[in-house]
Amino acid sequence: MADQAPLICKDIHKTFAELEVLKGISLETRKGDVVSLIGSSGSGKSTFLRCINLLETPTSGDIIVHGDPIRFTTNRKGERIPADNRQVELIRAKLSMVFQGFNLWSHMTVLENIIEAPINVLKVPKKEAIERAEAYLNKVGIYERKDYYPAQMSGGQQQRAAIARALAMEPEVMLFDEPTSALDPELVGEVLKVMQSLAEEGRTMIVVTHEMAFAKDVSTQVLFLHQGVIEEQGTPQKVFDNPDSERMKQFLAPKF
Amino acid sequence: MLDLKGYGPALLNGAIVTIELAFLSLALALVLGLLGAAAKLSNSRVAISVATAYTTLIRGVPDLVMMLLFYYGGQVGVNMISDYIWEVYEIDFFFQFNPFISGVITIGLIFGAYMTETFRGAFLAVETGQIEAARAYGFSKWHTFRRVMVPQMLRHALPGIGNNWQVLLKTTALVSIIGLTDMVRVAEEAAKAERMPFHFFIPVAFVYLALTAGSELFIKWLDKRANVGVIQENK
Repeated sequence: MADQAPLICKDIHKTFAELEVLKGISLETRKGDVVSLIGSSGSGKSTFLRCINLLETPTSGDIIVHGDPIRFTTNRKGERIPADNRQVELIRAKLSMVFQGFNLWSHMTVLENIIEAPINVLKVPKKEAIERAEAYLNKVGIYERKDYYPAQMSGGQQQRAAIARALAMEPEVMLFDEPTSALDPELVGEVLKVMQSLAEEGRTMIVVTHEMAFAKDVSTQVLFLHQGVIEEQGTPQKVFDNPDSERMKQFLAPKF
Repeated sequence: MLDLKGYGPALLNGAIVTIELAFLSLALALVLGLLGAAAKLSNSRVAISVATAYTTLIRGVPDLVMMLLFYYGGQVGVNMISDYIWEVYEIDFFFQFNPFISGVITIGLIFGAYMTETFRGAFLAVETGQIEAARAYGFSKWHTFRRVMVPQMLRHALPGIGNNWQVLLKTTALVSIIGLTDMVRVAEEAAKAERMPFHFFIPVAFVYLALTAGSELFIKWLDKRANVGVIQENK
């Protein structure tokens, strides 16, 4: 089963209190896919990403990670919850996430941030974890900052460190939640460049982004979300150059 | 040289009792504080009510009243329990409440309530993104607590713990009232017998001052360590 789909989401719904944020989103990835999720704020793209690794529990729908469907059950209040926390932990370890706000652990150095999960979650021996971390730090170009604390670095460096932390898990799929939205404009490029090189290596990535150039040039699949549904889906050429949906055309139209 | 009229050794022993009492009470207060904070932050309505009742009750009653209640009431309570055990199970169980144990329990309970609020605030001050990152990387709840929440919480809790500790240290002087021969009690007896209050109480005051000043330095050092990786705003 060498070519098993790394991630399949089927008909994901998510309701917060009375508000239905996701109204049935499905996604199937092949290995090496780069999926861009685009859409205006409030369209549900970040919520969908957070449902994939169970930071939010989908109200209904299935998530299958490398052939392994996440099992759910219902609690006393009738809410859907994951049936097996251990399974969720193991699955999360295969889906490493890069956050908008970096979320590096502020009391650990960059190197400590990167080896923490491989050692404690994946049970990689410490020496190997450090070697792996150093290799990935080199790759994202901040090896010489490995003993810095997050607060001592620029936003772009922090986000690259966070990407190295995600890479060190050697995940099935990398999830990016608006990775450049919190950065000063002049720092966006360095992060996008790292992400592009990861895409070229054939890593499977799901990227929530407002960077249309990235979505157009780097992705293999683009999903345009609007009010919790997929309005337009397909190759970047299709979605950007020849969209069917009226909303997608409006979304692409020059704003001023 | 200061002439303590032969009370020197007794005062020294009293000082050791004071320090032992303070540290044991601190340990109890820290444990109760963590448990109280965990209860207040839990989803269980019962746990929240119990912890809220505890902190409300303790913070609303004077320390001295609590101490008298525990010392005199505590022994009566234990006697009632041991009578009951003897009647029902015919097991001879007796526990002597002494002033030291009463002191540790009372001070521990009082400051456990203050520590509960300190820890609760400190846990709430940890950024949610830090905890979310731990969850997203497959950490178990316990691992998240131990490796992310506790180290980050400590930074926020240390100033409060330091304050509570200083007040706790001084509160130990109250146990002399229920008959524990701590430093204050010895000084009081010596001052009465020798009719020299300044001569005995001023050295005692200096011992307290030295202890609080020393702890302040230690807490500053801890604070510096806990704040590693945090850039302080320029003042």
